[in-house]
Amino acid sequence: MFFSFAMRNLRRHWVRSGLSIIGIVIGVVAIASMGVMGNSINLLAANIITDVGDTVVVTPHTAIGGTFAGDPRTAVDAAIPAREVEEIQRAANPHRAISVLQGADEVEFGRGESGYAGIIGLAPDDIPLLLDLAEGQHLRQNQAGALVGIHLAREYGINPGSRIAIGGEDVRVAGVLAERGIGFDINPDYAIVVSDGWYESHFGTKDSYPLIIVRVGDVDEIDTVKEAIESRINRREEVVDVSDSREMLGQYEEIYDQITLFLLGIGGIALVIAAVNILNVMYISVTERIREIGVMRSIGALRREILLMFLYEAAILGLIGSILGGLLSTAFGYLISVAAIEVATAGTTFGEDFTVFDQSAVGFIIFGMVFGIATSIAAGFYPAWKASHLVPVDAMRQK
Amino acid sequence: MNGEPLLRFVDVSKVYPLPAGDVVALDHVSLTVEHGEFIAVMGPSGSGKSTLLNMMGCLDVPTRGKIYLSGQEISGMSDDDLTRLRRDHIGFIFQQFNLIPLLSAVENVEFPLVLKTGRTESRQRAVEVLRMMHLDDALFSHKPGELSGGEQQRVAIARALVNDPDLLLCDEPTGNLDTKTGMAIMEILATENREGKTIVMVTHDPGVAAYARRTIRIVDGRVA
Repeated sequence: MFFSFAMRNLRRHWVRSGLSIIGIVIGVVAIASMGVMGNSINLLAANIITDVGDTVVVTPHTAIGGTFAGDPRTAVDAAIPAREVEEIQRAANPHRAISVLQGADEVEFGRGESGYAGIIGLAPDDIPLLLDLAEGQHLRQNQAGALVGIHLAREYGINPGSRIAIGGEDVRVAGVLAERGIGFDINPDYAIVVSDGWYESHFGTKDSYPLIIVRVGDVDEIDTVKEAIESRINRREEVVDVSDSREMLGQYEEIYDQITLFLLGIGGIALVIAAVNILNVMYISVTERIREIGVMRSIGALRREILLMFLYEAAILGLIGSILGGLLSTAFGYLISVAAIEVATAGTTFGEDFTVFDQSAVGFIIFGMVFGIATSIAAGFYPAWKASHLVPVDAMRQK
Repeated sequence: MNGEPLLRFVDVSKVYPLPAGDVVALDHVSLTVEHGEFIAVMGPSGSGKSTLLNMMGCLDVPTRGKIYLSGQEISGMSDDDLTRLRRDHIGFIFQQFNLIPLLSAVENVEFPLVLKTGRTESRQRAVEVLRMMHLDDALFSHKPGELSGGEQQRVAIARALVNDPDLLLCDEPTGNLDTKTGMAIMEILATENREGKTIVMVTHDPGVAAYARRTIRIVDGRVA
C-alpha cells in the first residue's frame, strides 16, 4: 500500500522525479566510470610492469635516493665504479650480480628507416638470466650480434638474421627478445641488447656501470642481500642506492590506488550533489503533503508507516537512477577507459591486446549503484523522519 | 461493553503555551459520552469545540486531567498505541472531507482497513460500505477531485465506518455542503446512530444539531 503511494506520488510529480533521477544517474555514472577508469589504468600498469620479485637493483647514489632504470633520475650521469661492482659481487655472493651498460645510438633498421634506440650491454652469460627469447638464439661469447626488443622488432619488421646498423656499425640480429614489460631494472622491449664486449668496442671502454642487478632467486633472501650490499659498500658514505622490485611495485600500487581514490572522490562529489537534490525534492514532497500526512496519521497510519512511505520514494528514485546509471556506466566507463589507455600508451604498442573490463570494473559499477541507492535513501531519511513525526492535529491545520 | 461509559473526561484542561501568554483551550472539563449517544457540541468560534473533539479522538492529550476511552486511560499511552486506538475504535469525518487525493474513492475507504488488517484484499468490504452510503458504483474509481462535495463526504463517512468504530467524531460534517446535500448526510449519520453507532458532532448549525439527542455547549473552554 505505502509502496503504491510512493509510486503514485512520484508519477504525480514526474518532472520533479525525472530530474532527481537524472541527478542520480549522473552521480552513479561519474562514480562508476571514474572507478572503472582508475581500475583500467591500474590493470594496464599491472599488465605492462614486470614484477621481477627476486631482483635487487643497485644504482649510483643520487641526492634523491633510490631509483630504477625507467626513472628520469637515471638521466643523472652517474655510475658505479668497477671496483665497487666487485665489492657488490662479493657482498651478494653466491647470487649473481649482473653489470649493465646502458646507452643510446642511432639505429638503421633497413628500408631507409632509422631512429634512436636504447642500447643495453650485458655479458652474454648473463643475458639468459635476465631475458627470454621469442625467436632466434642468444648471443655467444665474442659474437658481434644483437638481440632486439619485441616491440622494436614488430615496429620495424625485424627477424633473426636481419641486419641493422648501430651508429653506422653493421650488426646481425641473432634473436628477438620475448616481451618483458616495463621493468624496474632494464626495459629491453624497445631497446637493443648487445654483448658487453661489443658495447665497449663501440662506445669505448667503461670502468663504471649505471646499474647492477642481483638475481637473488629466493625472495626470502632479498633483505639479507640488500643489507650485505649496504653494509659493505655504503659503510663510510652513501655510494649506492639499493632497492628491490617489491618495494618499487608497492610504491606504484600506492600511487595507482591514490589515483583510483581521487577519481572515485570526483564521482562521489557528483553523487553528493544528486543527494542534495533528492533531499530537496523529498523535502518539497513532505511540505506539500503535510495535510495529507496529518489525515493518514489521524485515521491510523503509524509513524513508521509514514517514514517507510517516504523512504520508498527516495529508494525508488535511487533504484531507477542507479540502474540507468549502471547501464550507462558500463558503456561510458568502457569508452573513457579505452580513451585513457590510448592516451597513456600513445606511440607504443603497450596494452594492444589489453581488456579494460574485468571483475573489479564490474565491482566498481555495482559499487556505484549501491552507493547511489544508499545515498538516495540517506538523503530521503531526514524529510521522511520529519514527516513521520508531524503532530496530526497541527499537520491537518496546514492549508 | 464493560459498564463503563464509552468516553469519560475528568477535570480535563488543555493549555497552549504561546509567546504572548498561555491560551487555555479547555478549562476543567468533565463529561461522559455513553454508548449509542448522538451528541452535538456547539459554541462560538474559539470556544474549544475542536480541541474537545481532538481530545476525544486521541489526536491530542490533555495538559491536566484524565480521559478514559471504554475505561482505558489514554493520557500515558505511546504514540503508536494512540494511533492504533484511533484506527480501530474511532472514525473521523471532517468539514473539508480530507480524502487522500492520490487514491480513488474506493481506495480511500479501503485505506483504514488495510492499515488495520495489513491485507490489500479489502475491496469487498469497502464497496459494501460505499453502497451503504448510496454512492454510484461508477464513481468508485474516481479520484476525490472528480467528485462533488456531497459525494466526497459520503466517501469520507464510508472511510470512517469501514473499520466499524465505536465512536464517530464529526467536525462540521455539513459545513461545506449545500442544504439539501447536508440534510442527506445528516440522514445517513442519524441512521448510523439508530443502528447503534455513538456520534459526537461539532456544529454551528442549530438545524444540524437538531439531529442529535444531546447538546453540549462550550464557552471559553468550559462546559456551559
